[in-house]
Amino acid sequence: MNLACSADEMMTVAAARMLRDGAVCFVGIGLPSTAANLARLTHAPNAVLVYESGPIGAKPTVLPLSIGDGTLAETAETVVSTPEIFRYWLQGGRIDVGFLGAAQLDRFANLNTTVIGPYEKPKVRLPGAGGASEISSSAKEVLIIVKQTPRTFVEKLDFITSVGFLNGGDSRQRAGLSGNGPTAVISDLCILRPNPQSHELEVTSIHPGVSRETIIASTGWTICFAETCHETPAPDATELETLRDLKKRTAAAHGIHGEAA
Amino acid sequence: MAEWVTLREAIATHVHDGDTVALEGFTHLIPFAAGHELIRQRRRNLSLVRMTPDLIYDQLIGAGCAAKLTFSWGGNPGVGSLHRFRDAVENSWPRPIELDERSHSDLANAYVAGASNLPFAVLRGYAGSDYPRVNDKIRSIICPFTGEVLAATPAVRPDVTVIHAQKADWHGNVLLWGILGVQKEAVLAAKRAIVTVEERVRSLDAPPNACILPNWVVTAVCEAPRGATPSYAHGYYERDNIFYRAWDRISRERGCFDGWVDQHILQTEDFAGYLRLQDESGVQAGSR
Repeated sequence: MNLACSADEMMTVAAARMLRDGAVCFVGIGLPSTAANLARLTHAPNAVLVYESGPIGAKPTVLPLSIGDGTLAETAETVVSTPEIFRYWLQGGRIDVGFLGAAQLDRFANLNTTVIGPYEKPKVRLPGAGGASEISSSAKEVLIIVKQTPRTFVEKLDFITSVGFLNGGDSRQRAGLSGNGPTAVISDLCILRPNPQSHELEVTSIHPGVSRETIIASTGWTICFAETCHETPAPDATELETLRDLKKRTAAAHGIHGEAA
Repeated sequence: MAEWVTLREAIATHVHDGDTVALEGFTHLIPFAAGHELIRQRRRNLSLVRMTPDLIYDQLIGAGCAAKLTFSWGGNPGVGSLHRFRDAVENSWPRPIELDERSHSDLANAYVAGASNLPFAVLRGYAGSDYPRVNDKIRSIICPFTGEVLAATPAVRPDVTVIHAQKADWHGNVLLWGILGVQKEAVLAAKRAIVTVEERVRSLDAPPNACILPNWVVTAVCEAPRGATPSYAHGYYERDNIFYRAWDRISRERGCFDGWVDQHILQTEDFAGYLRLQDESGVQAGSR
């Protein structure tokens, strides 16, 4: 097997490794769902995947295209209604990890999925909050997976949809959010973690073959590197093979030629 | 008491211009047949409510049926943008649309409040987010027992809720299963409820605790086989993912969209006619 991996594969594998076995994980669609399922199929067979459409303990054999595909319901331990998933399971404090994507994020890991430009007259109207705003406030911790470009990693968000660490320091806590907030942002270039005091994101791990200059050029703010910044271990054969098989099965199931979403 | 009628009669009798209408179904059981009938009967000035507008509201918005949209996630799941929704918000085409934007958790709670005959929903949400700044319906309340500040938002009380379900019996009792979304709450929150079903059966043969809507909370029930397609009906047919992807192309340009609506909805007699046309054309996507 070809062990040379793409930046996207590195990102997905690095994100999957963050999910510990047995964790109860509220999963966003797209990249988070791919990473969470890769984790479940490799080192975290007992991870409990919760989707906002109601499935709890879903074990899909192919990745869902939508957040409510039938395969999620068929493979779940139970399927509850949408009000119940948000009231009893998320707000009820039963979610260990919220796994989210984003269109834009800032240095304090606040997320925008609502608009580019002013809200009243947006340049680009994005989908909106969905479940993300309450996942980011109520999950015990949040993992964010997002591609790193100057357009996604921005100095200032056009809109705060989901709160990370607000203005940094203890501002999240003071705003009264119950969860602990983001613990890591996994991009296609590196892994960022919030500084324990300032809560500003800093690079703690750089993916193989990526330079500091590339990371700096791909970030819309002056990015900090942690004192102990190491190299992300490259994906091993099992991780890559499992991910590629999953994507192949998914593409076949959804009738997509080439790479699935 | 639920009355068995055709979908055309149900929409003509129970949905009026200017009504607040919720067509619910979370990815699963989306009532597309009913959405098409609203377009076919040229309803106007509707205040639409739905957690995930999906293709069904992209079609209604693009066809000029909607004056207002209450929603919490407006995308084409797994594909990208809803182009008609975006064109309405970004360019006021075909007409301006007022937004009442919430989060999923909020809207789900707001339906529960409506079903519970309460004026507002309470949730732990929105702290630090920009939504309260742009939506004055998102307010806060102080817990009288603990002093905690919580978000409060108005209940959803539609004039009409429309859902699709798998089965109804001859008396109009409705059974649905699989991903249930907020359909039960949306029906119980509404003044009138229309339910389309895959099939009419003698007996529901459902176990205790099954999700059943008794006929006395339903206004009209209509047979609409494949009435949720391109969404899916658990146990009947799968989600037409090819159509969801084809929609990106159909809906991207105004002219192409208008032509599609005219040919597939306005020029067809009913949803069965639409399905025949789709089957004949091998679903636009076939050409991709």
